[in-house]
Order: sequence, then C-alpha cells, then structure tokens
Amino acid sequence: MKKLINTPDAAVDEELAGMVAAHGDLIRVIEPNVVVRKDAPRAGKVGVISGGGSGHEPMHGGYVGMGMLDAACPGAVFTSPVPDQMLAATKAVDGGKGVLHIVKNYTGDIMNFELAAEMARAEGIEVTSVVIADDVAVKDSLYTAGRRGVGGTVLAEKIVGAAAEAGADLKTVTALCQKVQDNVRSMGMALTSCTVPAAGKPTFELGEDEMEIGIGIHGEPGRTRMKLATADEITEMLATPILDDLPFKAGDSVLAFVNGMGGTPLMELYIVFNKLARILEGRQVAIGRSFVGNWITSLEMAGCSITLLRLDDELTRLWDAPVKTPALRWGI
Amino acid sequence: MSGATAITYDDVVAWINTFAATVRDQKEYLTGLDSAIGDADHGINMDRGFQAVIGKLPGLPNRDIGAAFKSVGMTLVSTVGGASGPLYGTFFLQLGTATVGREAIGLDDLVTALDAGVAGIQRIGKAELGDKTMLDTLLPARDALREAAASGVPLQDALDRLVSAAEQGMLATIPLVARKGRASYLGERSAGHQDPGATSSYFLLKAAADTFAGAEAG
Repeated sequence: MKKLINTPDAAVDEELAGMVAAHGDLIRVIEPNVVVRKDAPRAGKVGVISGGGSGHEPMHGGYVGMGMLDAACPGAVFTSPVPDQMLAATKAVDGGKGVLHIVKNYTGDIMNFELAAEMARAEGIEVTSVVIADDVAVKDSLYTAGRRGVGGTVLAEKIVGAAAEAGADLKTVTALCQKVQDNVRSMGMALTSCTVPAAGKPTFELGEDEMEIGIGIHGEPGRTRMKLATADEITEMLATPILDDLPFKAGDSVLAFVNGMGGTPLMELYIVFNKLARILEGRQVAIGRSFVGNWITSLEMAGCSITLLRLDDELTRLWDAPVKTPALRWGI
Repeated sequence: MSGATAITYDDVVAWINTFAATVRDQKEYLTGLDSAIGDADHGINMDRGFQAVIGKLPGLPNRDIGAAFKSVGMTLVSTVGGASGPLYGTFFLQLGTATVGREAIGLDDLVTALDAGVAGIQRIGKAELGDKTMLDTLLPARDALREAAASGVPLQDALDRLVSAAEQGMLATIPLVARKGRASYLGERSAGHQDPGATSSYFLLKAAADTFAGAEAG
C-alpha cells in the first residue's frame, strides 16, 4: 500500500484537522467527529445534515457551508458513521425549525441515521429523513437492499441546501429532497480497485485489461466484469440504462454530471462528457446544466460515474443559487 | 435442572474478552470475506468496537451481568458504525435487558437472553433465515440451545449443540444469494462466498461455548 498517510488509524482525524486548518472560516469540527458550518445553528433556518463513510471526499464534509449542508458526519473509511455523530450534528445545527437528514441508501447508514433521528426526536428536535437511492446498476427489488445512493446525493445536498438557505420550511425542504431523488439516476464503473487504508490491500482485483461496470462507491462489485472498452463505448454502457430507467424523454432538460472516482484525470472525464453530450443530443434531451469533476469519490479508484437529473425551473434556480463551501463555491 | 449450572459475571467478562481476542486474530480473515461480497471493513470495524469494549469492562462499578452486556451494546453502537454497529449493539443491549441485576445465570437464562438478542437483530435488520446474514448462524444456534435446554441436557452438551448448529448455519451461507445488506447488490454473484456477518456470529457463539464450558456446577 502506497498512501500519503501517517497511520491508517489516524487518517480520518488528521484529514478533519487539515480541513479545519484550511477552511476554518467556513467550518469547525466538534466531537465526535462532526463537520459543522461555522455559523451554525442559524436561528429560523432548517438544518440540513448528511453523513457517510469517509473516502468519498469532497463528499460530505467539503459540502458544509453557506447554501449547502449545515453539518456532515464522516465515519471511518467506507463505514457509516455512528448515531452519536448524527445526534451531535442534529443538535448543533437545529435553529428551531427542524433538521433534514439526507441519507444514502446503505443498510448501515439507514440504521445509524434512524437511531440518531429517534434520539433527536426524544430531545424535542423535529427530524425528517430522505433516502437517496439513485444507482440504476442495482436491481431494485424485494431481494436486494435497494438501489445505492451515489452521485444524486451531491446534487440533492446542493439543491436542498439552497432552499433551506432561502428560508424554506422543513416540510418544503423535505419534499424538495424527495423530488430530487425521484428525478435523478446514476451509474458508475471502475478501471482499478481502491485500497482502504486500514485493510492495506486492494478491495478487489481487476486485470490490466478488465473493467467493472456498475461499481459502487465502496469498491463493491457491480453488474458485470468485462474487457476494457473505449470511452465512447463505456459512456454508452452507463448512459443507456440511466436514460431508459426514469425514463428521460425527448424534450427533457437535464443536469448532466460526469463524476470521477478519485483516480481518473479530468481529461478523461471530459472525453466521457463529450460522448454523453452526443448521446443526449441523439435522444433530444437538452443539457440544462453541467457538472464535471471528482465530487463523490472512492479513494483512489480510477473510473467514473454518470448522473442525470431532470431539471425544471425550480431545480435549476436552486442549483444556480450561491454556495460557499470548502469544495463548491459559486455565485458569491 | 439446568438452572443449577451457573455462568458467573467473570465468565461473561471472559467471553467478551475471548471474542475480542478472536476478532483481533481473525480481523484480516473477516475483512477478506467482506472484500469478496461487501465493502472490506467487517474485521476492521468489529476490532475497533471490541477493543473499545474491553477497555471499558474493567471499569464497570458492580458485578451486574446485565449492566455489562448493556455497556458492551452501547459501546458497539457508538464505535463500530456500518450495519454491524447497530446489529451487534442491539444484540448485546437485549442480552443486557434479559439479565439485568444478575450476578450469575443458568442455561435457561442463557436461552432467554439469546432469544431476546436474536429477536432484536431481526427487528432492526428485517432479515430472515436464508438471506445470507448473521441470522443464518444465530437462528439455528438459538433453536439448538433452546431445544437442548428443554431436553434437560447439561450445560456443556447444550453449548456443544449451539456451536455445532452455528457452524452449520455459517457454512450454509456459502451457496446462498444475498438478499440483505451490501452483498445483495451482487445478486447471483454473491453465491459461493461465506457471509462475513454469519462468520463473526459463529466466532461469538464459539467463544461463549469455549468460555462457559468451564463454568462449575453450583
């Protein structure tokens, strides 16, 4: 294992300390490992929190700040955080108008967030939860844990955060988050594995000439393993199931999001975006907004994911609204 | 009856310590099983949790088995994360509720406690036998212990049956297709791999049997 770390055990703590050192004007970190917006709680504002395993940076800690999250709960690498963290986050950001939990659909995340929500309600804080489950690679049936929460989570956090910043109430913010979930679909792929620091060796083995289609953001295997294909072919393999699932139709306008898994250069992400743009054009789906970069990663995994969100005026306006976080800043 | 055989507070503490040592020894093995069908963190998370647990046990104020189990459960919920934290945490919290105020327990109490612990896991995990989860170890083991106790066999024999059923349950997860948890994303590709949660649950019960086997008839 070759990593820029000191010891695996200290990796998350040292990362958080580094984030505070770099972005102390926007965030602070409270016990037990919760990234909180510097000026939280803001009276009269609905709190929006999320959380999940570390290793997906900049999600979620990098999205804490004005116009996005009020707090983020980073667990150990690829491990959902513990209820104590979400409870502390909920209390730290409650401005008297309730708190929304944005939860990615993983068994552990659901259980730990549910426990925390129960505890927070017991302390008199109104809590709602929306589960993001946008990964079309997973068969959504009674026989799986359901679709995983992936790229759509970043878009939900931005859009919902903007609405909360503008003063929307908890019911409105919650319904909006569900609206994003209902209109977003994603799928990813990997060219290489990733190594969890504490494990010390790659989560899975991929041959030099192989790729995994439908990969999750924790290196969990996907739909199928196959011989490496061209960027255009791979883009087609990801975009088609996404487009057919919702389905996205001629005349729709979308936010087209090409995401890097952590180890793929922007050059390659733009090559994917180029093909995606042509596929969308062929289906008469307009690109209303675009988003390209490493925004929800899987440590150093090479690969990408595509996320499409069907836009309307409300979602477009909230996407464009000002945001100022360690990772995302515009309109300010 | 079986109530004559006592498992003491020290036996319970020894069980937890034995299991913590097993988890440490088997950390890479459990993580390896999880790499195949999950997200490669089971051994790491369980080890982090049980190291925290054994750090707290010596500081407990009295010799209350129920309080010890509750401390284990609370510590696991607060340190493990993932699904294993709430699942194992609930298991021990339920064990604690079933044994509160006790300095020693018999086989019948163990049956009642295991019943409660397994029911807690079922309630929050919503899994059933055959879903390729820890319950594939725990459900048959619970039934075996219950039947052994009902038939009046000595503690040692009852524990042997518990471990034997747990081992069979664990091995039975190999051909199964996962229907719960992260392994379910794999669908058919999850078959052919032993479930990591079923494996750690086997180690947990094996540690109990190994530790309680030395409990004296009282």
